[in-house]
Amino acid sequence: MSKRKKKTKEKRFDGREPNEIRPIKIESGVLPNADGSAYIEMGKNKVVVGVFGPREMHPKRLSKPNMATLRCRYHMAPFSVDPRRSPAPSRRDNEISMVMRYALEPAVFLERYPRSAIDVYAEVLEADGGTRTASINAATVALVDAGIPMRDLVSSCAAGKIDDMLVLDLGDYEDKEGQADVPVAYMPKLGKVTLLQMDGVLSPDEFEKCVSLAIDGCNRIYEIQREALKKKYGLTEEEVKE
Amino acid sequence: MASRGGIVSRLKRKKIQEVVAEGKRMDGRGLEDYREFVVKTGVMEKSEGSAEVKLGKTWVVAGVKVGVGTPFEDTPEMGVLMCNAEFTPVAHPTFEPGPPDEESIELARVVDRGLRSAEILDFKKLALVPGKLVYLVHVDLYVLNYDGNLIDASALAAIAALKTAVKPVHKVKEGEIEATGKKESLEVLKEPVAVTMVKIGDSLIVDPSADEEEVMDLRLTITLEKDGSICTIQKSGSEGLTMEDIQKAVKIASEKAAENRKLIAGKADA
Repeated sequence: MSKRKKKTKEKRFDGREPNEIRPIKIESGVLPNADGSAYIEMGKNKVVVGVFGPREMHPKRLSKPNMATLRCRYHMAPFSVDPRRSPAPSRRDNEISMVMRYALEPAVFLERYPRSAIDVYAEVLEADGGTRTASINAATVALVDAGIPMRDLVSSCAAGKIDDMLVLDLGDYEDKEGQADVPVAYMPKLGKVTLLQMDGVLSPDEFEKCVSLAIDGCNRIYEIQREALKKKYGLTEEEVKE
Repeated sequence: MASRGGIVSRLKRKKIQEVVAEGKRMDGRGLEDYREFVVKTGVMEKSEGSAEVKLGKTWVVAGVKVGVGTPFEDTPEMGVLMCNAEFTPVAHPTFEPGPPDEESIELARVVDRGLRSAEILDFKKLALVPGKLVYLVHVDLYVLNYDGNLIDASALAAIAALKTAVKPVHKVKEGEIEATGKKESLEVLKEPVAVTMVKIGDSLIVDPSADEEEVMDLRLTITLEKDGSICTIQKSGSEGLTMEDIQKAVKIASEKAAENRKLIAGKADA
């Protein structure tokens, strides 16, 4: 609140355009012991995601006879924020784990693996606003890396409002000082929104604009996710045909 | 809420889906009709504010306790408002005693975000010795019977309880506080109203019952203020929404929030 930074009229506090996302770097297959994994840097956010499974479900009574169970755990490292946070999962962590699961489930062919579990663990190493979107982006790449069949990739990005301006991909400062925050996850090929939350105050019109803006961001992130996967797995089928 | 253990039989599930596809509901309501709701305030004497909401068979009691304590590190000059939700085991055969599960955490956090985003209290006024001592306002939501749509019932109970709540007046002398024994209103400034919808097949239906929540594809809660602005949104459930769904939901929520606001005001006068 007190450390309000100066910004020019059009540009944002970190010099970005209103519809500009932060630089993103995604690498897949970073964890040798996981079935699938990914590391993402989205601005200063650093998140590593490991996927285990499909594997036997423990405890067994929680397994579903007709489909796999997707379990997500979002967790922040004690040193990821200032001041240090307790390593015990907070209410916020629990809620994000849940919405992350809801964001990813529509994309995964869970019915292919009855009785099994697919565990997705997201560890936030450094937080800079938008850790849930970064975690979802990395989790999708990690699920693909684990060889789990999917209907589409899930790409995630937030939009929001600060100083009466609608902006894409909010940084930490914009997240905390802004008027509203709308995190969205989207399956670009299927055109479906799988994560939708909002905090702050927006008119219905502004809200719909934010969703569209966030979807634009998701479409761009989708390409970055594809590139990260192509880097490891080579050409896609269409490109081979060409 | 989202899958409470497959209590709805397969036949009933199919029936609900068919009926909704025809634009009707099992209990005879229209797709965008709320169940009858009853709001009672001042139901408990020992809490600083309380309310009971019955929405159809869903029954939620909210209690407000006001104490004094240290502020959050990142907002040292502001009072604290905290929501907590408890799914009591008496509320449904599938509710078990134990630590809060993700459903009750979500309920508490969605109600909490609605109150906070709308800035229903002047949090600066709730600081006694800024940086050291502030009022801590706890809203505890107690679910006593579950028949769907806990979020709307709880949000309504929370607001109603806060509106009747009082805080103890303290005298501040050189950074120390002294109780005066007097009490004054908490001064609720806003009245956010939550509207929850679920999608079953291609239809969005308002105020879902427990059975409807069991078979839903997804759930969407939109909380609105009096001027029509949106202050919280939460999507739950394992399906995706199209942009058209979102636009339609915003429209329905805006209409329903305005209607419910009138009903609530009418009931408060009576």
